[in-house]
Amino acid sequence: MTPIEKVEGRAIPLGLKNVDTDVIIPAHWLKTTSREGMGKGAFETLRADPDNLFDSPEYKGAPILIAGDNFGCGSSREHAAWALGDLGIRVVIAPSYSDIFSGNAVKNGILPVVLPQAAIDRLMEVARTDPVHVDLDTQTVTTPFQDRFAFEIDPFRKMCLIEGLDEISLTEKSDAAIAAYERQLDTDRPWLRPAAA
Amino acid sequence: MTRPRTLYEKIWDAHVVEQRPDGTCLIFIDRHLVHEVTSPQAFAGLRASGRTVRRPDLTLAVPDHNLPTTVRKDAAGNKLPIADAESAAQLAALEKNAPEFGIRYIDAVAPEQGIVHVVGPEQGFSLPGTTIVCGDSHTACHGGIGALAFGIGTSEVEHVLATQTLLLQPAKTMEVRVEGEVGPGVTAKDIILHITGTIGAAGGTGHVIEYTGSAIRALSIEGRLTVSNMAIEGGARAGLIAPDETTFAYLKGRPYAPRGADWDAAVAYWKSLATDPGATYDKVVVIDAAEIAPSVTWGTSPEDVVPITGVVPDPASFADPSKQAAAAKSLAYMGLEPGTRMQDVAIENIFIGSCTNSRIEDMRAAAAIVKGRRKADNVKWAIVVPGSGLVKAQAEAEGLDRIFTDAGLEWREPGCSACLAMNPDKVPAGERCASTSNRNFVGRQGPGSRTHLVSPAMAAAAAVTGRLTDVRELMA
Repeated sequence: MTPIEKVEGRAIPLGLKNVDTDVIIPAHWLKTTSREGMGKGAFETLRADPDNLFDSPEYKGAPILIAGDNFGCGSSREHAAWALGDLGIRVVIAPSYSDIFSGNAVKNGILPVVLPQAAIDRLMEVARTDPVHVDLDTQTVTTPFQDRFAFEIDPFRKMCLIEGLDEISLTEKSDAAIAAYERQLDTDRPWLRPAAA
Repeated sequence: MTRPRTLYEKIWDAHVVEQRPDGTCLIFIDRHLVHEVTSPQAFAGLRASGRTVRRPDLTLAVPDHNLPTTVRKDAAGNKLPIADAESAAQLAALEKNAPEFGIRYIDAVAPEQGIVHVVGPEQGFSLPGTTIVCGDSHTACHGGIGALAFGIGTSEVEHVLATQTLLLQPAKTMEVRVEGEVGPGVTAKDIILHITGTIGAAGGTGHVIEYTGSAIRALSIEGRLTVSNMAIEGGARAGLIAPDETTFAYLKGRPYAPRGADWDAAVAYWKSLATDPGATYDKVVVIDAAEIAPSVTWGTSPEDVVPITGVVPDPASFADPSKQAAAAKSLAYMGLEPGTRMQDVAIENIFIGSCTNSRIEDMRAAAAIVKGRRKADNVKWAIVVPGSGLVKAQAEAEGLDRIFTDAGLEWREPGCSACLAMNPDKVPAGERCASTSNRNFVGRQGPGSRTHLVSPAMAAAAAVTGRLTDVRELMA
């Protein structure tokens, strides 16, 4: 996973609320056994419009996306995060996210920034003409016009993003604790082992 | 005396392997369900890093999303090829990965094959008080039997395969209490549509919802699975319904369920899980069951719910400006005008199926409405897709398949079908579908498709009248 600390660039002012994972990547793009190349299918229905933001000269390849409430709702498909990443997006800024999407984003080096609607409204305005700067270390979003918005992030997620951490390697360090839990489980709830069907 | 705890807190506490200083917990996973769409990249990851599956005995794989719902075997019993090359490759990958990593695998033509969320409880693989995950957001479904069950992404699938754990933050708790008796024609689907309309698509974000109250207690397990299935449509990663005698009666004797003395020990444990008197939730919503009507969606978010007796809302009627804009966009996509009576909306396609509504009770409810009637002429496509091979066999033993086919509906093989447009079952652009599935998103049932979410009985009613219909008018 690519570590992330500072991202500066144009921000796509999408702004819609309840952007679901079927909009981010329609199901027919899920018929693959690879994680690669999903950017082509990202926002396919919106990009069917020739005047869409994503393919406009101004926003093509922009690293930041601004959206409304409940971004990434719906399916658990990690393909949504892969599609955003492949499109070049490193940061999403929205008032709220679905729980599954925000987890998937972090695991793919995409920072989900939570800011109140008033801040989103202001950033949408700035994004029309100017770049936006996101600093994960200081947990701030700034603009060339002295705007400065602080955001909260779970410390564990912050560490994973900054260090580009592989969670499985981290959990493997707890192998002894997992083994101890499994032994205790066999004593406490032995019926949990599935019966041989 | 320990602090009173909710059902969620009890299950969570029993699964903490380790708590990190920042509050993140390593949570043990009791059951991992795997299907073909969200697993190939996880298995590839294991292979690339030389890792194995830690607990293949707690893992069960079954194909469902890509499978066509047409006949799967020729007259000689040979498996028919899958026409779509990408689907075929994905299905073949699971068929190869499962045995290679020592995982139980239910084949596409096995009698017990079906939608993963139908198969889990039906096989007694899903049990109360367990943690269950699957790379599919409708894993919330298994909360209907009292399991803490939630959807995960592919990186998490790989994490669970490798370590049988997940790194999680505890969720907040939310109680949705539905008190009283529902009226005639009102089913579990109407209850959950009504709840979603009430709390909104993000109403449960960050929370696990426990459904309580007499209307929930009165539901069968099939009904409870329907309710919990759509917890995610209200933003909650998981739903929960406390296990009780109904749950135990449903699970007893199922293939993977505990037996003999193990069964008794399990039931004693499950009985201890109910929320303690005096335990509190972070959020509480109370709903009067008598106020719930047979319900239908009008827009492209599952929160866009009205009673079937209602009309298409005017976007200006919403207080929130962003909802006004979203509603206007939805209506343009749906081809609907504000003020139109829902019952005047003509329907060309009917889909009865999905992990929300494809169990035997759903088949019976739909059959009861179409029995002795005919599909309306303007309905071009009407399919009934049982959730598993066992549901299919049971329905056929009861003669339900004949009731459907006599009425002009198609009776299909089990799978996810027209819920998500990943297999040949799709709704054509610009056409409407009365669908018993769980999502009415833009393009969900195929590019340009227009979905109206309803109960199986309501979908059956629409099939025979050719328009969205108040099922109570067709009930004897």
